[in-house]
Amino acid sequence: MTAVIDNTSPAPAMVPLLSDLSSVSGRRRNKNMVMTVLMGVSVVVVGFVLLLVLITVVRKGWSIVVSEFPKWFTKDIQLSPRRAGPGMKAAIVGTIVATATATVIAVPLGIAGAIYLNEYGKRSAFARTLRFLTNVMAGVPSIVMGLFIYVFWVVPRGVDGLNAFSGALALACLMLPIVVRSTEEMLRLVPQNLRDASLALGATASRTTLTVVIPKAAPGIISGSLLAIARAAGETAPLIFTVGAAKATNWNPFSGTNTSLSLQIYANAKESFPTAQERAWGAALTLIALAFLFTFGARALSGRLSRTTES
Amino acid sequence: MTEKVHTMHEPADESVDSAARSTGGVAAPANKLIFSVNDLSVDYGAFTAVRDVTLGIYANDITAFIGPSGCGKSTVLRCFNRMNDTIKSAKVHGSILYHDIDLYGPTISATQVRRHIGMVFQKPNPFPKSIYDNVAYGPRLAGLKNKSELDELVETSLRGAALWDEVKDRLKSSALGLSGGQQQRLCIGRALAVKPDVILMDEPCSALDPIATARIEDLMQEIKQQYTIIIVTHNMQQAARVSDRTAFFTTEVNSESDRRTGVLVEYGRTDSIFSQPVDDRTEQYVTGRFG
Repeated sequence: MTAVIDNTSPAPAMVPLLSDLSSVSGRRRNKNMVMTVLMGVSVVVVGFVLLLVLITVVRKGWSIVVSEFPKWFTKDIQLSPRRAGPGMKAAIVGTIVATATATVIAVPLGIAGAIYLNEYGKRSAFARTLRFLTNVMAGVPSIVMGLFIYVFWVVPRGVDGLNAFSGALALACLMLPIVVRSTEEMLRLVPQNLRDASLALGATASRTTLTVVIPKAAPGIISGSLLAIARAAGETAPLIFTVGAAKATNWNPFSGTNTSLSLQIYANAKESFPTAQERAWGAALTLIALAFLFTFGARALSGRLSRTTES
Repeated sequence: MTEKVHTMHEPADESVDSAARSTGGVAAPANKLIFSVNDLSVDYGAFTAVRDVTLGIYANDITAFIGPSGCGKSTVLRCFNRMNDTIKSAKVHGSILYHDIDLYGPTISATQVRRHIGMVFQKPNPFPKSIYDNVAYGPRLAGLKNKSELDELVETSLRGAALWDEVKDRLKSSALGLSGGQQQRLCIGRALAVKPDVILMDEPCSALDPIATARIEDLMQEIKQQYTIIIVTHNMQQAARVSDRTAFFTTEVNSESDRRTGVLVEYGRTDSIFSQPVDDRTEQYVTGRFG
């Protein structure tokens, strides 16, 4: 500790050191430039594809949706694919009914499962098995889920088994692993010290989960559930064998055949008649708009939730 | 809430009592014995974190646990309100008698224990709720719903934590908007609102600046009239400043497994621990030559 600092005259040894500060090697500068350009290009490519899809769907689907407005939303589907004219109410209602029913089944079940996994089961053998099965379930193709429900639920009931509820069961099978995984991820992000704070005040584990952990994770849980709902709303394969092929509106999920926007896209796009193809585009536009509206509304809701819990 | 014992004895005799220097420090206690820890050991799986701790904690004292990292002082602290229950692999041996009741007895509910024995953690951990809701959390758990009673309890608790004047105009705003020191005092107020008998503090000032630390230390001196405080601290000066009794823990290395286990070296009145320690290891630690 005998170093003497002479601060009356500038130390000559410092000068080359200081010049180092402003030297960025050419290699690093080039690398930086290449990476920046690459990232810009990826953004443009992704944005371009998305824009192209949107423009195509709006351009081809717009006329039938707005012609004789609001008939598209109030009339049932034309009985013959050859006949021109709007009417998609049955499919809009069917999509809403099936997706809502599936949500009612899968979201509470999924959240409860995730709470078990993260708050109670943790690393136990049973929880690990459950987690593994959830991951397997997430990888099952949607048409297999449809077949599964068809064989074990629809077939034993015969024609009566073809309804929105059966479709919702298949959709719920698809949604369940998504909800479980995203919710567990969100619960894991809740800091342990918040749980400790609650437990140290004499709260039980269940009370801690309900009053501290879930509110903290709520915005994330909502986004995860939304993702699952949006996915289910656009699914076709699980519905093909399960809801039947109605053209008339049916609000009852438990009885009578139904249809959905995705099924109508599939059915109408297969037809060679321009009238049917126009309807397919219209249904596609409606589905996109529906998903957009829904996501937008729910985002606003979850935004409001996170504001009240975080600021 | 069953029996609550708030003994209001005069502060313990401050003179150095040579008998109190011995391990255990049981000689001539002026205050009532509130905890008696007997042969306490804690295992995490196959690893013993701390072993053979025997000491007594006295009412209305501030007892400090000091020692180097890994000596098990926080582990021992967390045994007093059964917070180690939350760690699955943790296993507690021996006993802790609280007013002659074994806290680890088969009929004892950990949640009830924690309503008698509160805890303040190292990092301030307010809930992402309003200041009011943070303080009201514990009383609401206990079933208190009456608005005016809650209001009053929140006020007395925040006054007790020396935070009322700073937050009385923004009770409904988020607790996360407070500074670190304010958050820690809020956590103390939140613990006080449950009306505990004992408050455990696990390095409550280690995340705070010196001014906030001084405020918390002043606060501890104020609330010790009504509560018994056990504090774990890394800061020897803090232990010397605030505590009446000090327990020094250290680590012993098992030569076979090369694993470190915490042990209690010396326990007694703070002034004697710092001025006339009996054990060499204590002397080395408190004089800053080790740890």
